[in-house]
Amino acid sequence: MGANKLKRKIENYTFLTLSLFSAVFGLFFLFWILGDLFINGFKYINIDLFTKDPVPPGMEGGGLKHAFIGHIIITFLGTIIGTPIGILAGIYFAEYGRNSKIARIGRNIVDIMVSNPSIVIGAAVYAILVKPVGHFMGIAGGVALALLMIPVIVITTDEMMKLVPRETREAAYALGAQPWQVSFQVVLRAAKVGVLTGVILGVARISGETAPLLFTAFNNNFTNLDPTKPMASLTVTVFQYAMGPYDEWHRQAWAASFILTFGVLIASITARYLIQRKKH
Amino acid sequence: MNSVNSALKKAKFLEYIFRVVLGFAALFIGIILPIVIFIILYKEASLAIDKLGIINFITSTDWDPVAGKFGGLVPLVGTLIATFLATLIAAPISMGIAIFLTELSPNKLKPIFSTAIELLAAIPSIIYGMWGLFVVAPLFGEKVEPWLQDKLGSVPVIGKLFEGSPTGVDVLTTSLVLAIMIIPFMSSVVKDAFNMVPPIMKESAYALGATKWEVIKQVMIPITASGIAGGLILSIGRALGETMAVTFLAGNVNQIPHSLLDPFTTITVALANQFTEADTDIYLSSLYFLALILFIMSFIILYLSKLMLLQIEKKWKV
Repeated sequence: MGANKLKRKIENYTFLTLSLFSAVFGLFFLFWILGDLFINGFKYINIDLFTKDPVPPGMEGGGLKHAFIGHIIITFLGTIIGTPIGILAGIYFAEYGRNSKIARIGRNIVDIMVSNPSIVIGAAVYAILVKPVGHFMGIAGGVALALLMIPVIVITTDEMMKLVPRETREAAYALGAQPWQVSFQVVLRAAKVGVLTGVILGVARISGETAPLLFTAFNNNFTNLDPTKPMASLTVTVFQYAMGPYDEWHRQAWAASFILTFGVLIASITARYLIQRKKH
Repeated sequence: MNSVNSALKKAKFLEYIFRVVLGFAALFIGIILPIVIFIILYKEASLAIDKLGIINFITSTDWDPVAGKFGGLVPLVGTLIATFLATLIAAPISMGIAIFLTELSPNKLKPIFSTAIELLAAIPSIIYGMWGLFVVAPLFGEKVEPWLQDKLGSVPVIGKLFEGSPTGVDVLTTSLVLAIMIIPFMSSVVKDAFNMVPPIMKESAYALGATKWEVIKQVMIPITASGIAGGLILSIGRALGETMAVTFLAGNVNQIPHSLLDPFTTITVALANQFTEADTDIYLSSLYFLALILFIMSFIILYLSKLMLLQIEKKWKV
C-alpha cells in the first residue's frame, strides 16, 4: 500500500515537473529570440535607417527608407481593403446568420482560412493580378494581405458582437428599430472596442507577412509611392538582406527585424489586453 | 398615413440592402474565396497536370527546369518530414504547457504566462527564419550536431539519422524552429479544451484521492481527447504551410533527406525560391501544381481539426 502510494506520488511529481519544464522551454525560446533581436538589432537603429535609400550592395551606410514607406503603404492598402469586408461579414455571422446552416458552414470555412498557407494566397493573387498586368505591383501585395486579414477580423467581430447581451438587442427592437439599425447602431456600437481589436490583430498578422509579398509587391530598391509599381516591404527586404552576403545588409536586416517584431508584439499585446478586458 | 407607409417602405428597402451587402461579404470570405482560389490554382496548374499527369508528378523525383523535367515527390516528402518531426517535438511540449497553464500556474500569473506563450505565435515567420539562420544554425552546426553525432552516431539505427556533415542548415534545425512556431497554436487549443472540463468532474476525482497527475491523465485528457486531437491537427496544418522560416533553414536542395543532418526542400521552399524565376510555362505551372497540392492538403487537415474541435464544443460548452 505504502509503496504504491509512493509510486503514485513520484509519478505525480515527475509529470508535473515535466509540465513545468515545457513552459520554461517555451518561455526560454521567446526570450532567446527577443534577446537576440534586441542585442543584434537595437544598436544599428539610427536616423539614416529611416531617412536614406539603400546604397549599392557592399557599401557602408544607406538606409531602408524605401522599405519602411513601402511597408506602410502595402499594409495600409491591405487594411483599407480588408477591414470593411471583414467587419461586414463578421456582422452577418453574428447577427443574421446565427441559425442558418450555410452561415455555419461559412463560419467554419473562415476558421480554416485563418490557417491557410499564406504563400498559396500569394500565388493565387499573382495569377489574377500580376500575370495579366505583366509586372509586380504594390496593390497586388495589398490585396493578398487583405485576403489574409479578413478571416482574422471576421472571427473577432463575430465573437465580440456575440458578447453583447441579448437584452440590448431586445430593447432596441422594442423601440421599433429595424434589424440593420440594431446591428449597426446598437450592437456594433456596443462592440466597437472588440471590433477595433480584431482590426489590430489583423494588422499585426499581415505586417509580419513575407511569403505572399514575394510574388505580388515583389521588391524595389528605390522609394516608390506608386502602388501600381513594384514596391519594397520590410519583410521582403529582410529576406533579401539576410540571405545576402554583405555584413552591412545583415546589420540593417537585424535592425529592421527588431523594429518590425516589437511593433507587431506591441500591437498583439494591446489587442489581447483589450479582449481580456472585454470578456470579463 | 402615406408618409408612414413610405417611411416603412424605405426602412424595408434599406434592410434589404444591408442584408444583401452583409450576406455577400460573408458569402465571399466563407464560400466564394476558397473556391475561387482552388479554381485559380487548378487552372494555372492544368498545363502541368495535363502534360505530366497527377500520378507521375507526385511519384517522380526529377526536378530539372533546364531539361523541362518536373516531379513533385521530393518537396512533397520534405514537407511531410518537416511537419511530422516538428509536430513530434511540439506535441508533448504543448501538452505540458497547457497543463502548466491550467493546473500549475498561480492564478495571478496565468494571463501573463499564457500571453507570453501566445506571443511566440505573433513573432513574424521571417524573424524565426533569420534568427534560425544566424543564431540556431551556426550553434547547431558547430556544437550541437557534432556532439549528437559523437554520442549517437555509433548507436545502431539511430546513428543513421545523424550521418553526414553537420552544417546546421538541415532537417533537424528546421524541425526544431518549426516546432517552436507551432507550439503556441497547439497549447492554446489544448488549454481551452482543458478549461471546458466541468470543475465538478475534477473535484470528484480529487475527492476519491486522486493525485493531480491522475486527474489530468484519467479525467481531463480522456474527455478532451477530441480537443487535443483538434489542436494537434491544427498545428500540423500550420506547419505544412509555413514558408519563410523553412526557406531560411532547409537549404533548398532537391533531395529526399536520409539523415537529420541533410539539407532538403519543401513545397513552400520551392515556391518561395523558384516562383519568380520560373521562365517557362510548364515550370510555373508545375509550381502551381505544388501550390494546389499544398492548398488541398492543408484545407483537408484544417477541416479535420475543425471537426474535432466542434465535437468537444458540442459536448461541453453550455
